Amino acid sequence: MTTTTRLQPFHQASWNQPLVFEQSTPGERGFIPPASGATIEAAVGDPLAALPASLRRSLPPGLPELAQPTVLRHYLRLSQETLGQDVNIGLGLGTCTMKYSPKVNEELVRSHKVRDLHPLQDDETVQGLLEAMHRFERILCEISGLDRFTFQPGGGSQAVYANARMIAAYHAARGESHRDEIITTVFSHPCDGAGPATAGFRLITLHPGEDGLPSLEALKAAISERTAGLMITNPEDTGLFNPQIDRFTDIVHAAGGLCHYDQANANGILGVTRAREAGFDLCQFNLHKTFSSPHASMGMPVGASGVTSALAPFLPTPVVEAADGGYRLDYDRPQSIGKVRQFHGVPATVVRSFAWVLALGAEGLREVAEIAVLNNNYLAHRLDGIRGLEVSFADGNDARRLEQVRYSWRQLNADTGIGTIDLARRTVDYGVQQYFPSHEPWLVEEPMTLEPAETVSRADLDTYAEIITRVAAEAYDEPETIRTAPHSSTSHFLDAAPMDDPERWALTWRAWRRKHA
Amino acid sequence: MSRTRAHPYIPNSAPRVRAEMLAAVGAATADDLYASIPERLLLGRVMTMEPALESEVELRRHLRELLDRNVSTEDRLSFLGGGCWPHYVPAVVDEIVNRGEFLTAYYGETYADHGKMQAFFESSSMIGELVECEAVSQPTYDWASAAASAISMAGRLTGRSRALLPASLCPERRSVIDGYCGARMRLDPVPYDPATGAIDLAALDALLGDDVACVYLENPGFLGTIEPDSAAICERAHAAGALAVVGVDPISLGVLEAPPRYGADIVCGELQPLGIHQHHGGGLAGFIASADEERYVGEYPTFLVGAARTERDEWGFGEVRWDRMSYVQRGDAKEYTGTTQCLWAIGVAVYLSLLGPDGMRELGMTIMQRSQYAAQRLGAIPGVRAPALTAPFFKEFVIDLNGTGRTVAEVNRSLGEAGIHGPLDLSRSHLQLGQSALCCVTEIHTQADIDRLAGALAAAVA
Repeated sequence: MTTTTRLQPFHQASWNQPLVFEQSTPGERGFIPPASGATIEAAVGDPLAALPASLRRSLPPGLPELAQPTVLRHYLRLSQETLGQDVNIGLGLGTCTMKYSPKVNEELVRSHKVRDLHPLQDDETVQGLLEAMHRFERILCEISGLDRFTFQPGGGSQAVYANARMIAAYHAARGESHRDEIITTVFSHPCDGAGPATAGFRLITLHPGEDGLPSLEALKAAISERTAGLMITNPEDTGLFNPQIDRFTDIVHAAGGLCHYDQANANGILGVTRAREAGFDLCQFNLHKTFSSPHASMGMPVGASGVTSALAPFLPTPVVEAADGGYRLDYDRPQSIGKVRQFHGVPATVVRSFAWVLALGAEGLREVAEIAVLNNNYLAHRLDGIRGLEVSFADGNDARRLEQVRYSWRQLNADTGIGTIDLARRTVDYGVQQYFPSHEPWLVEEPMTLEPAETVSRADLDTYAEIITRVAAEAYDEPETIRTAPHSSTSHFLDAAPMDDPERWALTWRAWRRKHA
Repeated sequence: MSRTRAHPYIPNSAPRVRAEMLAAVGAATADDLYASIPERLLLGRVMTMEPALESEVELRRHLRELLDRNVSTEDRLSFLGGGCWPHYVPAVVDEIVNRGEFLTAYYGETYADHGKMQAFFESSSMIGELVECEAVSQPTYDWASAAASAISMAGRLTGRSRALLPASLCPERRSVIDGYCGARMRLDPVPYDPATGAIDLAALDALLGDDVACVYLENPGFLGTIEPDSAAICERAHAAGALAVVGVDPISLGVLEAPPRYGADIVCGELQPLGIHQHHGGGLAGFIASADEERYVGEYPTFLVGAARTERDEWGFGEVRWDRMSYVQRGDAKEYTGTTQCLWAIGVAVYLSLLGPDGMRELGMTIMQRSQYAAQRLGAIPGVRAPALTAPFFKEFVIDLNGTGRTVAEVNRSLGEAGIHGPLDLSRSHLQLGQSALCCVTEIHTQADIDRLAGALAAAVA
């Protein structure tokens, strides 16, 4: 039943491209802007005449000069030197929910009907988009059990920040601004600490017990009259679901606090368990993770923020309302926290995710969750027994992991001196993305976090298991191969020390030339 | 709930594969996978939502019909700006940002995503050339978040807690900054002269004090004007021990001066004009830049990509001062960060490589010529004043309709009927301007387009 795989020799594209500046040829042109024409030029005269001399450009910007084919070729080559999800078995970036982004969704949002809309057009001219937003909001309400959503936050971290701001506004409206503490856990995403910290809160971080989970006792000890709320991930980064989560929210509510559910990664529980039943007042979904919108080199994200009706007045402005057989943007919201991002976030990503849900339906979403958990358990099964590899907290907790597992190379490191960073760097030689160890701090020693979403096949899982098996064996048998990796990637070993050295780091070509020329 | 037919996005939904894998992991049914979730937390029913459209043929048809109801800025001539602007996007830019490798990459770094990292470094480097700064961030969410972070950085760098901002500031940007900085800083608006649009220097002097962390100004500002006294404003900020933070629309920097040359300590701005479609605001991406000094670099909340040489003397790229980021600092972070708008950094790199120094200068000249021509044409319409503010402007200018007896909303309805997305209504955000609107003219607007607007506006107010 277990498929035998044979790893194929691999070499990533390696063009050794010079920087675009190094390819510059003075006088070459890649683009000609239109001229204004004789009538306009005569009517206007010198368009810079009214500018004070101190505001006129004194030196031309030091941009490269390149013909169009040279620019195209350079950046196409750089794209080939990038292992996007489309071209690798992308399951190594645990906590990121890398999955297939359907191409039909891209085709839809590349239409001028989405791409070339201005965010302040009259509502009547964006009825299609507003309807998509409204219908997708209803879908997320059903998935979470919460009552209203906004798509304004431009990413998961910004949604967490927005929700922290709403928690603050809620308490302020009740005359309880003394509530200035947020409780989180160390295995929640770092933004569950940083978002509320930016909003002015003090953070209390709970650490796990031997079962990998935070304890009710630790929570009770952290609770006080200053408690504003709890901001937490579940399942946490370990892949373990906290079965007492509703007890947690009960305790926080009893103390007068609110509870935010970080659902950046909800992939394993769609249609299975919801924020509402667990007692949460707020949540956020990352549409570029669970909801399939492409990760876009860390771009085009949406953090969809959901709230109960009690918190709806505080949502960022505007919200989409159905009215008179159509849809409008409601800006008249006196209790709103205002804007967290200009305009409406990234509406094209809402369209993509709406299309993704429509392609699946309610039963399809449940299938997504089940297969994601099945894939994760299958991969864990295939990795079981690899020398030097352990599952974190396996001794204290035998519960099944849901969508991901945080593994540990502690034993391999003790045996060989090879660390997880070395191993991750070596996996690149087998044509997969360098895997994600863990967020900081590394409570789990020498961590590796793998998350196979529903869009990888069994053959993919077998191949990936073979890669990890091979790399672990190399650590014992030929450690130099690992220490000097990568060998068949785009570039070779990079000493990272300059990145922390002000004398040597270079954030721009200007800085490079000054420091290293 | 096993399916009889696999879903195209889910390989292992193939019934036999699914069954074999469940057996392999020792689960009788999929429900067994969720044994760790107590029954009281299980939904226990199928969710209620719209029926699935599993066939791509039906899905695409359904969504195209829905989205085709939008009236885009291609369908209509648009003079809307105010923070997101219609500029031309060269075909090569779209070709590159739509590449699957870039579109679906994420957090790969030095090796597997070498090409992405090089494009990021080149993008920052070219922005650095426009603003003449050696330190440049990876993209923020938008200009507003870049400005909010720049102001926060100034607060930390000076140990002061008040910032002065132009009262004419974009209301969207102002709201973002208020919320972001409000927990730690006080933000005071500096009045502007309603005749010129320029910051009132006497008012600035009155507001400056030894608790001011920074003076924030923009070139061009929300109302389109270029601060004629930029150098004096920066000088006064410095004299008070404050930093000068300057926000820019970088597409102006082929003709306008690099802000550090007139005194800026930190520069920020909006990248969307540099080759990114409007996307109903989804095309926004901000940036922050400064001198490459350790104390400045340590205060950036964003990703910072640096270049180095590998053991084989190739280019290699990595994250500079990773320890300063909220991924490490968590609850001790000064500011959060996360996934922002980095695909657009790649678009910006392609755009600036295509334009080059000559292209940026020519483009800036064309935009200024056309916007000035538009102001002349509109200002010649009886009852209409344009430009309503006398300070020099770049691509946007205020049209004063108070003399027409018509509201902006009424005028824009008429323009809509004439197939034009009319200028941005300022009557609710900038009360002192009354019935005024912000008109945006760029390289995409031909003389015929501008003449058409003038004709339609004249008819609307006649």
